[in-house]
Amino acid sequence: MTESLHIKGGRVIDPANGGDGIRDLFVENGIIVDRKPSGAVEIDATGKVVTPGLIDIHVHFREPGQSHKETIASGSRCAAAGGFTTVVCMPNTSPVADSPATIAWIQERAASTAIVNVYCTGAITRGLAGEEMAPIGALANAGVVALTDDGRCVQNHGVMRRAVEYARQFGLPVMDHCQEATLSADGVMNEGEWSTRLGLPGWPALAEDLIVARNILLAEETAHPIHCQHISSARSIRLLRDARRRGVPITAEVCPHHISLTDEGLKTFDTNFKVNPPLRTPADIDEIIAGIADGTITILASDHAPHAPYEKEVELDRAPFGMLGLETELPVFLEILLHQRKAVTLPRIIEMLTINPAKLLRLDRGTLSTGAVADITILDPDHAWTYDKNDSPSLSRNSPFHGFPLRGRALTTIVGGKLVWDLENGFRN
Amino acid sequence: MTTTPHSWKHKDLCALADHTAEELKLILDTATAFKGVGERNLKKVPALRGKTLVNFFVEPSTRTRISFELAAMRLSADVVNISASASSLEKGETLLDTARNLEALRADLIVIRHKSAGSARFLADRLGASVINAGDGAHEHPTQGLLDAFTIREKLGRIDGVRVAIVGDILFSRVARSNIQLLTKLGAKVTLVGPPTLVPSTFSALGVGIAHSIDEVLESSDVINLLRIQHERQRKEYFPGVGEYTARFGLTKKRAGRLHEGCLIMHPGPMNRGVEIDSDVADGPGSVILDQVTNGLAVRMAVLYLCSGGAPFARIEPNTDTP
Repeated sequence: MTESLHIKGGRVIDPANGGDGIRDLFVENGIIVDRKPSGAVEIDATGKVVTPGLIDIHVHFREPGQSHKETIASGSRCAAAGGFTTVVCMPNTSPVADSPATIAWIQERAASTAIVNVYCTGAITRGLAGEEMAPIGALANAGVVALTDDGRCVQNHGVMRRAVEYARQFGLPVMDHCQEATLSADGVMNEGEWSTRLGLPGWPALAEDLIVARNILLAEETAHPIHCQHISSARSIRLLRDARRRGVPITAEVCPHHISLTDEGLKTFDTNFKVNPPLRTPADIDEIIAGIADGTITILASDHAPHAPYEKEVELDRAPFGMLGLETELPVFLEILLHQRKAVTLPRIIEMLTINPAKLLRLDRGTLSTGAVADITILDPDHAWTYDKNDSPSLSRNSPFHGFPLRGRALTTIVGGKLVWDLENGFRN
Repeated sequence: MTTTPHSWKHKDLCALADHTAEELKLILDTATAFKGVGERNLKKVPALRGKTLVNFFVEPSTRTRISFELAAMRLSADVVNISASASSLEKGETLLDTARNLEALRADLIVIRHKSAGSARFLADRLGASVINAGDGAHEHPTQGLLDAFTIREKLGRIDGVRVAIVGDILFSRVARSNIQLLTKLGAKVTLVGPPTLVPSTFSALGVGIAHSIDEVLESSDVINLLRIQHERQRKEYFPGVGEYTARFGLTKKRAGRLHEGCLIMHPGPMNRGVEIDSDVADGPGSVILDQVTNGLAVRMAVLYLCSGGAPFARIEPNTDTP
């Protein structure tokens, strides 16, 4: 049984309804209600911002199969501590989430161990091998919210085309990790000045751009939505901008590290800066931020990708790609987009972290409308703090943001009317 | 040799990019002093007596390993050689664990060659022992860069203003990267020569010129450094073949005739005679290829000595043999 809540005096931003103003918010039986329930517990939000619970549609929680890196339980705690009430897990687990049985296992695990809402994606192809279609109908019935081979990219255009066409009958959006494999080859970092200096194999932006262009053409051809994951390059932004102006059903997301860090970060061969797609250049960052500002990018996500310290503590070219993201996601977006660049307003940032991802994946979340599930985040966009990876509830420590001064942070995370975490007292269970 | 106000404060030498022009000059000056030792009848000094050096070569090498081994012996250090097959890396041990084991055996200096860029730095940051990079992937080969610069300075009397063309497989060359770092810091004018696939335009950010034909640089170079060209499986998509390479980039006898008198011809070895360099040119008057090998010994003695905490050589043993 959840408590009734009275969230008092906060600036309530609800982009789904265009709302932004100081008002009280009421919760009863896990639902947003329009009048104060009797015996409601009061939460003072004066001077704070109250938003729909944040949604991250790109996380790796590593279960089943790699629970030494992260579990659904530990990952969900990272989410809650970052202000996220809903996450969408990628299918590159072991076994791959390409069967209803694995999806059911993940859902069961989430129901019993997660402290936030966890949704699943299913693979586009069996074993993420890019060859045979996964049982898309069965995955749809099992409740996946999208299809993706994330971590890999379907190289065979015929296979990708058929998969998108086939997914259409189930209304399942297709998400794609955009990486043309013959161009990225054995690349471990952005191809450019720094890969030249460091003698490391380059992963050129061209390899992303080519698949973004492919996906634009496929989305146009099939009239079915394709979502480009973790866009990192300036030219991809320009391709997407043009396509969206023409009304092509294509969307894209951006991760915090791709607007805050560059390939220069690898100059000490620190494997915490090795991520896929790789960190690129200041010019790429400028164009991505322009794309966020002009609506080319509609969704923000973390690509939370934990790896155990011993796995990252190796030669750079042998280290796995990926970095932690959930706890620093909102702060980095606020620090860069709101404070440093003044590129977008706070309501726009919240929109890209709530209703936009909810709409793409048809999740019944992301709004504070009366009658909606009471997933709520209370945040302070000006809260100054320094991230310490050793305080993380993650099982891993692979963050490049350790020691970063940041402005903005989630203060309270409420899932289904239940307070699961707040900054002052930590987790509730 | 003048006493320099600078001193070497580093336990490691991982990349020439990490060091200032003054520090790099200090190594060259110390090498000059050590070269005098090599010319003596008694070639050994006690500078590293009681120290243990491990030559940890995870990638095959003959001349660099032997050069380090000889350098260490001339400094009176104890030397152990470990190859990839003799280490536990092939049994799945990580590089860090293998290196920690070497350190636990009280190695004072670890000279590493490894196929991963950054591997020397990776160990240097984690070990108390001195780590000397003997080639890490396509990143750097600092002692090769130093011996090339040493040879140029010895033969031409200066580095500042010298025009150096580096020809070949630049993209994959650690020798090129170390040369670029050192020579540009010391004021040389460096031009990289090779097909656009092996000399991409991104190199221009490193303060060097780029040319796509060796004919463009023949008359305007004081030094031509020819890199070994490899045409193994992984290179086949970068250029069509050795014949076409030689036609455009090989230093033939005819082309060598266009070099101005006194132009140095260098090669880090091992040479492909008839590919990047004609046999006659390799053995001809401008060739300093064997001087490079001799100088490598002096440079490596200097590096081992300084990284072990040695004071700049001139201060403790002024050497009257050197200019």
